Amino acid sequence: MKITEDQVAHVAHLARLNIDEKEREVFTKQLDDILLYIDMLNSVDTTDVAPMTHAMEGTETFREDVVRSSLPVDAALANAPDDDGASFKVPKVIE
Amino acid sequence: MEYEPVIGLEVHAQLRTQTKIFCGCSTAFGSPPNTHTCPVCLGMPGVLPVLNRKVVEYAVKMALATHCTINHVSEWARKNYFYPDLPKGYQISQYDRPIAERGYLDLEIDGAGKRVGITRIHMEEDAGKLIHDESAPVSYVDLNRAGVPLIEIVSEPDMRNPEEGAAYLRRLHEILVYLEICDGNMEEGNFRCDANVSLRPRGEQTFGTRTELKNMNSFRNVQRALEYEIRRQQYVLESGGTVVQETRLWDDARGATSPMRGKEEAHDYRYFPDPDLLPVIVPGEWIDEIRKTLPELPLEKRERFIREYDLPAYDAGVLTASRAIADYFEAVATRCSKPKAASNWVMGDILGHIKEDKLEMEDCPVSADDLGELVRLIDDGTISGKMAKDVFEDMWLSGKKPETIIGEKGLAQITDTGALETVVDEVLAANPAQVEQFRGGKEKVFGFFVGQVMKKTKGQANPGLVNEILKRKLSDL
Repeated sequence: MKITEDQVAHVAHLARLNIDEKEREVFTKQLDDILLYIDMLNSVDTTDVAPMTHAMEGTETFREDVVRSSLPVDAALANAPDDDGASFKVPKVIE
Repeated sequence: MEYEPVIGLEVHAQLRTQTKIFCGCSTAFGSPPNTHTCPVCLGMPGVLPVLNRKVVEYAVKMALATHCTINHVSEWARKNYFYPDLPKGYQISQYDRPIAERGYLDLEIDGAGKRVGITRIHMEEDAGKLIHDESAPVSYVDLNRAGVPLIEIVSEPDMRNPEEGAAYLRRLHEILVYLEICDGNMEEGNFRCDANVSLRPRGEQTFGTRTELKNMNSFRNVQRALEYEIRRQQYVLESGGTVVQETRLWDDARGATSPMRGKEEAHDYRYFPDPDLLPVIVPGEWIDEIRKTLPELPLEKRERFIREYDLPAYDAGVLTASRAIADYFEAVATRCSKPKAASNWVMGDILGHIKEDKLEMEDCPVSADDLGELVRLIDDGTISGKMAKDVFEDMWLSGKKPETIIGEKGLAQITDTGALETVVDEVLAANPAQVEQFRGGKEKVFGFFVGQVMKKTKGQANPGLVNEILKRKLSDL
């Protein structure tokens, strides 16, 4: 086994996903299969290969430091479940 | 047992760019909530961040100023956590390959040198701002600050007492402001500091368990929080307890730290390379170009002022507190060729008035050129030091040139020997009794004659010259 049910529960919590016991079992099995599959890469000798973090090569494209217009406030807030016309309203996050 | 504190500091400095790190929204402070947002900084699906070139330039500047090694290739990482001020559910930051590493900062504490290592400098985006409702279970989210560029500067745990911590912060702050890459306004949150502190028995090599201190918004509070936390940990250890690794918030009003509650229980940020952003490549030629734009840094400037202008260390320190003051002083000194006199005027009269009128150095109503001229006019005897103070007050209020004021008020000293001789003759002729007394050996009367000459000339006679002429005339009698 590459992953335990406890680890799956932990990751689910970090991602704020509510999963029941049945789902935890299913996902553990599925994630385990995926991790075992990825494990095949370990059979390749990568001693002299630099770690790759991106599929693309080449340099970052830069943006010049020039102000562009922002969204009108009502557009910025349009998708919010709740707002007061100026700010997003959320359940209080501090005790 | 004697304990030794071990302190490391993390500073978040907001970079002085016009726009955010990954989008073109303005970074202006104090605008109405959510007026500087766009799909990128709101974290809308499907948008792509594009890096602001200035952010890299400024980060490299700071790295050079703190003797760091710059990584030619650095990477962006996602730091994942949930909080309402973070619209995407992750912060774009740097993790295993930051822009710069392994630098240092030299401090001077009570005349002794101290080197503090810098572990790393990395670039990242700021989060938004939360305002908590006083009366309802609601928080308001303002995302104007979300995506504003920051650099985080992490020190080595090299400091051994709160004074060293405060000195390190002051020096770091000074450099950031000198480089003109950060406004350094602590109240506006441009310069924020977290501290890691632990205790170990003196002589011990391994570190004790540390706590992280947050919520200190001034140099003074950082020092106070460190002092408090060191006492607290010492108490815990001495009473047989163990220090718990935790984040503690400084409470300014109570003058104490207390454990932070809530937020993400265990730190598990699941960093991974951001697939939306390519690695940042900084070629050597770019670094060289940036190096050429580096201004003289405060410490170098201080040393040069002592060497070049022969100033006391104290003066050099005051005059290099900001680039604006230093530039002003140099212009005054150049104009009058009297560096020490220039230093006295700038430190005393100029900085005093600036403080009194709550101005910024940049708004000083007396130009450096005019002050330089004023000092020169004292030096060549046109006016006395006492008159100069009055002229200066007038310059401060009216912004007029010193020679204009002197002309208007008829303040110039009488340095014409012939004219003064006539006045002296008149005074001696009008006071025969006193002349007799003087000749009889009562030398105190000399002061009386000087007073009379000054009175007749409305205080404009050059005192040195008056003395000289009086002495000569009296001995000739």
